[in-house]
Amino acid sequence: MLWTDVDRFSSLDPWRMLDRLNRATTSMLAPSTSEFPLVNVWMDGDKALVTSELPGVEPNDVDISVAGKTVTLRGSRATTDDCKGECQHRHERWSGKFTRSFELPFVIDQDKVDAKFKKGVLQLTLPRAEADKPRKIAIKAE
Amino acid sequence: MWDEHREMTKKEASVPEGAERMKPRRVYKPDVDIIEQRDETLLTADLPGVDERSLDITLEKNVITIRGRVEPEFPAGYRLAYGEYEVGDYERIFTLSDEVDKDRIQATIRNGVLRLVLPKAAAAKARKIAITAA
Repeated sequence: MLWTDVDRFSSLDPWRMLDRLNRATTSMLAPSTSEFPLVNVWMDGDKALVTSELPGVEPNDVDISVAGKTVTLRGSRATTDDCKGECQHRHERWSGKFTRSFELPFVIDQDKVDAKFKKGVLQLTLPRAEADKPRKIAIKAE
Repeated sequence: MWDEHREMTKKEASVPEGAERMKPRRVYKPDVDIIEQRDETLLTADLPGVDERSLDITLEKNVITIRGRVEPEFPAGYRLAYGEYEVGDYERIFTLSDEVDKDRIQATIRNGVLRLVLPKAAAAKARKIAITAA
């Protein structure tokens, strides 16, 4: 039984499997309720990319602030036009104000933060501050 | 107001019993608001990651299907360090009543939100019947 399992897995790309495992474990750690909006954090050496789905939020209605290691997203979304007179309603979409803070593993360079909003998805690029980067210490020979 | 206790995870779209999906991708059911007014029905759907090029709305008989394709989020060079949501396509199917004027349906998408206006056919508009005392 074990051998057939091993055989089945070995035919798959191990990197893909690792990615899937990584996804599974990170989403298990993620709080499933009350936090809003949900974020994905991507890392590439000394920079992080944070994505969040905020459909219908105007770019001007999102306030992004960065302090030290912490990023805070604030914003709001209005409800769909109210009923005029008598009407039936199905209401599933969220509305109202939101605040979300999270911490990165490094101090962020506030001047180099880049925010893009495309198709209702926010993309934040957050580079690590120069002062926070580890420095190589040269050893002088006597 | 924002409801703190509501679960904000995406809901996966259902597949007909016994059927399977061709592609190994996740498909989510978008959240919608539907407002029915005297002259028209307004449907609003949240489709983050979808624009006019990746959105497909088809009407067959009385069934309207909304399908949105989302490019997988996989920024080059980055690896996922912390993931709270997954990216997938969207699909949702509605049955329209006979009273929708199918030729005048309008659809617009902006910032990942679809607005579908379904005008009512003239005959279906509510008519007030005057009652005269005998």
